[in-house]
Amino acid sequence: MTAAVTAQAGAAAPPVTRIRPRGRPRLSGRMLASLILLVMAAGFVIPLLWVIFAAFNGDPNQGISIMWPHPFTLDNFKAVMTPETTYIPLLNGAILCIGGTLITMVCATLAAYPLSRYRSRLKRPFLVTILFSTGLPITAIMVPVYGLFVQLAIDDSIPATMVFMATTALPISIWLTKNFMDGVPIELEEAAWTDGASPMRGLWRIVMPLMGPGLSVVAIYTFIGLWGNFFVPFILLLTPEKQPMSVTIYTFFGQYGSVVYGQLAAYSLLYSLPSVLLYLVLSRRLGGAFAFGGGVKG
Amino acid sequence: MAATWAEVRPTAPPGRSASTGGRTRRTLLRGLPIAPSVVLLLVFLAGPIVYCIYAAFTNMSLTGQVGTQFVGFANFTRAFADPAFLNSVWLTIVFTIVSAIIGQNVLGLVLALLMRSGHALARALTSAFVIGAWVLPEVVAAYLWQAVLGPDGSWNTVTGFFHIPPQNWLFTIPIIAVSIANIWRGTAFSMLVYSAALSEVPRDLEEAALVDGAGRFRLLTSVTIPLVRRTIATNLMLITLQTLSVFGLIYTMTKGGPSEKSMTLPLFAYNQAFVSADLGYGTAIALLLLVIGGIFSVIYLRILSKSEPIR
Repeated sequence: MTAAVTAQAGAAAPPVTRIRPRGRPRLSGRMLASLILLVMAAGFVIPLLWVIFAAFNGDPNQGISIMWPHPFTLDNFKAVMTPETTYIPLLNGAILCIGGTLITMVCATLAAYPLSRYRSRLKRPFLVTILFSTGLPITAIMVPVYGLFVQLAIDDSIPATMVFMATTALPISIWLTKNFMDGVPIELEEAAWTDGASPMRGLWRIVMPLMGPGLSVVAIYTFIGLWGNFFVPFILLLTPEKQPMSVTIYTFFGQYGSVVYGQLAAYSLLYSLPSVLLYLVLSRRLGGAFAFGGGVKG
Repeated sequence: MAATWAEVRPTAPPGRSASTGGRTRRTLLRGLPIAPSVVLLLVFLAGPIVYCIYAAFTNMSLTGQVGTQFVGFANFTRAFADPAFLNSVWLTIVFTIVSAIIGQNVLGLVLALLMRSGHALARALTSAFVIGAWVLPEVVAAYLWQAVLGPDGSWNTVTGFFHIPPQNWLFTIPIIAVSIANIWRGTAFSMLVYSAALSEVPRDLEEAALVDGAGRFRLLTSVTIPLVRRTIATNLMLITLQTLSVFGLIYTMTKGGPSEKSMTLPLFAYNQAFVSADLGYGTAIALLLLVIGGIFSVIYLRILSKSEPIR
């Protein structure tokens, strides 16, 4: 399977069975499938509606049931969009997650290359270990990690937290990148090798351009994971001015006895925006197909 | 990293030399790109895990590190005699089976299958909403479902319409409430994985089966699903491991309560280590969680290696 196939995977799928073996009208099956899909879509959208309605609802006593915003207002957004609540945590989160994603992508691509191209006795144990570490409960090791950070005097530091967060995302990224790279035929590189290119040059000039869609998938997956990560920055970053939005949403709304639901909803929307935007932009570039393609093959 | 990196194909990259010294150097050179990842993983993941293993056999506490003593297997024997721990194991297994193995996996596969035959509009709407749920951060998802499943939430508005008495899901069966939230959040992953796998199933194979008179259901169970079996096993392993370590969602929704009815192992370990300041016991629980993940992994890896070993 080539990278080109991955890119088109979703879009290129032809409509179900062009032939009608029994002369039964296929339209009914199509309608039924669409109907079930729409019912499922409704189930998924209901909780989303609450956050959208509540964010624009001006009723200070509004509870947690879904109701049309009345009176319609932007006050909830105005209330939370202050430097210390939104802008600084947003910037911190951007630094942490963009930096973390970059570190992860560079390390994962480099590591995936030998794993995909060469054979070794150590490869299988290494891959199994990597796969196993994807499910490592990070909560379990946060105590010694905090201890390590204090020992090295790098606690409450954004760069150090960034590197740690990148490391937590590494196993799954290496695994996915390796499998995407397996989809790029080695013959293309062999031609370059005969022409005198080094393996690293082959990786940079031939393999990476061909697995662009796959790398985008890994990058999106990593960024969304880091952006949503609450526990790691919560433990490692103590100064409120250094904390990202994932922690601020928790501390800000945990401070009050009764939660102001309108503001919580507005803040949730603001906090979710970068993930949603990144996904939309990149999936558009991939031709609407956000396919894991060869990423999860085993 | 003195691995022997032999090339997959007989054609070798440049720099190949016949001498043994050259081969060793080449081997090291080939393994070199893995080094940054290995260093990071050793320092920030393996190091802390080794420390965890050490701590699990001591009575270390979060406050005073002075009187730390080696206590052998005391923390583990204590765990297996502790009803709260056994309750946690049970809840973790229920949470994993209901939300990952059944919920996300089956729902993701059904969605991916329906996506192939549904109208373009239905497809676009469904994938937008399902992926939207996945893109939202964990804490936000938790607040949403707290709102929906609460006593005045929209769930009860809908069921009230059918004259079903209101339920406080978060209070009566919180483990099911957090499972529903986790299904909502995680289904997109399985759906995307299965969509990709299904798009590679050769159409002519399915059409041939239809021509031979196979029914829709027969086609699914005898042709389509066997063809994506490897993907199913890998996906099951990934989502199982992810679900076993879910923390933020449950912590924000219920904090493990009420009366420990949604206290899965990650929350239990956190409570023992950070709240009760009993570091030794907390890390012992975390180790047992790793063992449970390992057992699940071995099962799936066996399924995988039956079809084809990891290349």
